[in-house]
Amino acid sequence: MPEAIPTQLPDAELQLASLAEQLRPHLTPDTALVGIYSGGAWVAERLKQLLDIREEVGQIDVSFYRDDFAEKGLHPQVRPSHIPFEVEGRPLILVDDVLYTGRTTRAAINELFDYGRPARVELAVLADRGERELPIEPGYCVWEVDLEEGEELILGREESGRLFWKMGRNDRG
Amino acid sequence: MLTQSRLNPQLDAEGKLQHLLSTEGLPLPVITQILDTAESFLEVSDRDVKKVPLLRGKSVFNLFFENSTRTRTTFEIAAKRLSADVINLDVSRSSTAKGETLLDTIDNLCSMHADMFVVRHATSGAPFLIAEHLKRIGRDDIHVVNAGDGRHAHPTQGLLDMYTIRHYKKDFSNLTVAIVGDILHSRVARSDLHALRTLGCGEIRAIAPKTLLPGYLENLGVKVFHDMNEGLKDCDVVIMLRLQNERMNGALLPSAGEYFKRYGLTPEKLALAKPDAIVMHPGPMNRGVEIDSSVADGPQAVILNQVTFGIAVRMAVMGILAGN
Amino acid sequence: MNISIKNGRLIDPKNGIDARQDLFIADGRIAAVGQAPAGFVPEREIDAAGYVVCPGLIDLSARLPSLEAELACAAANGITTVVCPPDTRPVLDEPSLVERLIQRAEALGLARVLPLGALTKGLQGQTLASMAGLASAGCVAFSQASQPVTDLQSLYRAMQYAATYDFAVWLRPQDYQLAKDGVAHDGEMAARLGLAGIPVAAETVAIATLIELAKSTGVRLHLMRLSSAAGVAMVREAKARGVAVSCDVAAHHLHLAEEDIGYFNAQARFDPPLRSVADRAALRFGLAEGVIQAVCSDHTPMEADGKQVPFGEAEVGARGLELLLPLVLAWAREDGLSLGTALARVTSDAAAVIGRSDLGHLAVGAVADVCVFDAETEWTITPDAFTSVGRNSPLAGRTMSGRIQAVVAGGRLL
Repeated sequence: MPEAIPTQLPDAELQLASLAEQLRPHLTPDTALVGIYSGGAWVAERLKQLLDIREEVGQIDVSFYRDDFAEKGLHPQVRPSHIPFEVEGRPLILVDDVLYTGRTTRAAINELFDYGRPARVELAVLADRGERELPIEPGYCVWEVDLEEGEELILGREESGRLFWKMGRNDRG
Repeated sequence: MLTQSRLNPQLDAEGKLQHLLSTEGLPLPVITQILDTAESFLEVSDRDVKKVPLLRGKSVFNLFFENSTRTRTTFEIAAKRLSADVINLDVSRSSTAKGETLLDTIDNLCSMHADMFVVRHATSGAPFLIAEHLKRIGRDDIHVVNAGDGRHAHPTQGLLDMYTIRHYKKDFSNLTVAIVGDILHSRVARSDLHALRTLGCGEIRAIAPKTLLPGYLENLGVKVFHDMNEGLKDCDVVIMLRLQNERMNGALLPSAGEYFKRYGLTPEKLALAKPDAIVMHPGPMNRGVEIDSSVADGPQAVILNQVTFGIAVRMAVMGILAGN
Repeated sequence: MNISIKNGRLIDPKNGIDARQDLFIADGRIAAVGQAPAGFVPEREIDAAGYVVCPGLIDLSARLPSLEAELACAAANGITTVVCPPDTRPVLDEPSLVERLIQRAEALGLARVLPLGALTKGLQGQTLASMAGLASAGCVAFSQASQPVTDLQSLYRAMQYAATYDFAVWLRPQDYQLAKDGVAHDGEMAARLGLAGIPVAAETVAIATLIELAKSTGVRLHLMRLSSAAGVAMVREAKARGVAVSCDVAAHHLHLAEEDIGYFNAQARFDPPLRSVADRAALRFGLAEGVIQAVCSDHTPMEADGKQVPFGEAEVGARGLELLLPLVLAWAREDGLSLGTALARVTSDAAAVIGRSDLGHLAVGAVADVCVFDAETEWTITPDAFTSVGRNSPLAGRTMSGRIQAVVAGGRLL
């Protein structure tokens, strides 16, 4: 069980439901979800259930596409990306938990294109903490939040699969 | 007694992998990281675009002081799939023939803004000399990957063998792994032995006549067998080694025929291992010398998969090194 | 020149002296010990208070590619007599070469050079060298250095010929065939590093052969550079049976073992190879008990290139003149031996091997070769501080004691 969840953080489950409702009118029969490891993959998995999407969710780990490889090296725990469907010509919704600088999204889009040429890529996130460093905006977002320098918003998952927010500290400048 | 400190030259001060020179002394977390990362790279090779931008702009120099088109090609593919620029130098012919020393060649290449050297050399320890030299001249930003040195080590082959075993058998602790053949002259065998030990392999066996076994294998945690029927009993993994042509007829062995009778892997001998045992071989195979064709092409052989895994493992090694 | 060396701790192993005594030198000889001879007026006085005063060291093997630099180095390190193996360029197989070498060394006035003559022409192992002529020119014994005589019949005849004139033969006990591909001791280290091994049998087979040939021909045999416990045991047994055989060990082999190869450290490539820790212990014990008579530096200077190659391609050996005394002192300290016992192996016992009763001790009338050193002060081996060619030492960074304070060679204060 997680440590006490600060009361001021919103309920991630409620946010999920809200994000699903935002997406619902825009879905086409061949829309597929791709979640970015690890939080984004969890969110995508829940959205699939809530939206009753039949296609298996794609999961990508952007470690091989990061632009800070030269400074930080390879992430010590890279997981295999897994796109179980044909990307070519497909409308895709890229899912992440928190949108920040936009660099992860950039890496994810690049990676997606190595699987094929999608018809469209949209971005859905639970939280947007601003301070973008690239011209990337989410198409779907339920929570805009301001954080202090060094603060980090982390999505957690209970054993039951329930998602929740917690705060963390980050040394990244 | 006077002693001398001997730091493992392939790890930096923080214990991160700086060069890959041997599987000996590779900490378990480093091996695990390489194998895990390789799993991700294996997926990359299945894509439309079999390439990631990780090493974009980096120059990987393949320095093969001993010819091996096969191994060189696997490194070349791995580097290219990481988007590196690959420069193949056939040093076995050019510079050494002109009397240039190994370290002269290295100095020269350092000036060409190399980021990584993949080194194959006929003499044990040559990559260590290069790594040491790079440190001395203040160029330890260049990483060295040992692609086989003499009889000493072939660490990427050792790691891809571990990847293969893990892929099919998951856990090492209950496994019995037999290595069969010319262990004395085999850098593959040495790399396998050290990696198996670090991964906690249940039982490691070496099967060969005394002329093809180095001494002191017991000190490396290896059980030695001279009778293949005994040694193969209940094995989960059988690693066959290549018998070099020049060793078949001479002082080490009387003939390829007698060797095959005693140490060649036939369906009958393989039947002594566990029913789900896998058969591995670093290639190229000598059919009818160390392995029967029906075994090499049979359902238990995973030899071609080793090749596929090998590319992913080499990508992982280069990716991790380039980032450290 | 009259020299007095006063207030020092005089150690003269051959004459059983280890006491505070003064030493007096005149006309190149020891003039007196203890009390000055009547009317002795010293031109130079050395105050050796706090220091050891012992016979100048005798090194049974040092290669001298640059004669002046190496002899200066020897003298600066307390070595007043150097036995030079015949694998010089050209090989010492002509009396004129030997005469010239000795003349050049004498003219330098540093350490004395005692050459070993080639046993066979060009060390090729086939035709006998002119041993009688070489002996007249000054060779103290005959040797093949590290070259083999592959044909045992040739070796047998060479020994017979040497025995005719009672010349001693100094040989390396290493079977050429068993050792030919090897680059390291055939032990755990070689197995792990994938280095071709030189088995202990290469030494024991050769010792057995050489001892049998020596018995059969009656030649005086000296075995150079023992490396294994089994080898020491064989020599011990042969001596117990009354065979006239002597042997030596290289100083590095008392302090290094196969482990010191570490990660292919080419500085640790030696011939014979560094063997196991147990072998090293047996060499130390054999030396302490006197089965091994002498320690030599086996000094092998080389350009840096010689070691800047992979281990198996590296040249063998290391510089040793700088380290002979410190390594002997370290051995004595570590094994709890008296300084007298330890110093005997580089003075009087070494003199006995070359058959020179006038060297290696400090009795009145002996050649005045004297070494004065500080046994206490510690220092660190830094090969860059070596003065002569080559910086090759596998012992870099180790702490040693033994600092030379003064050296007298043939009665001259250097």
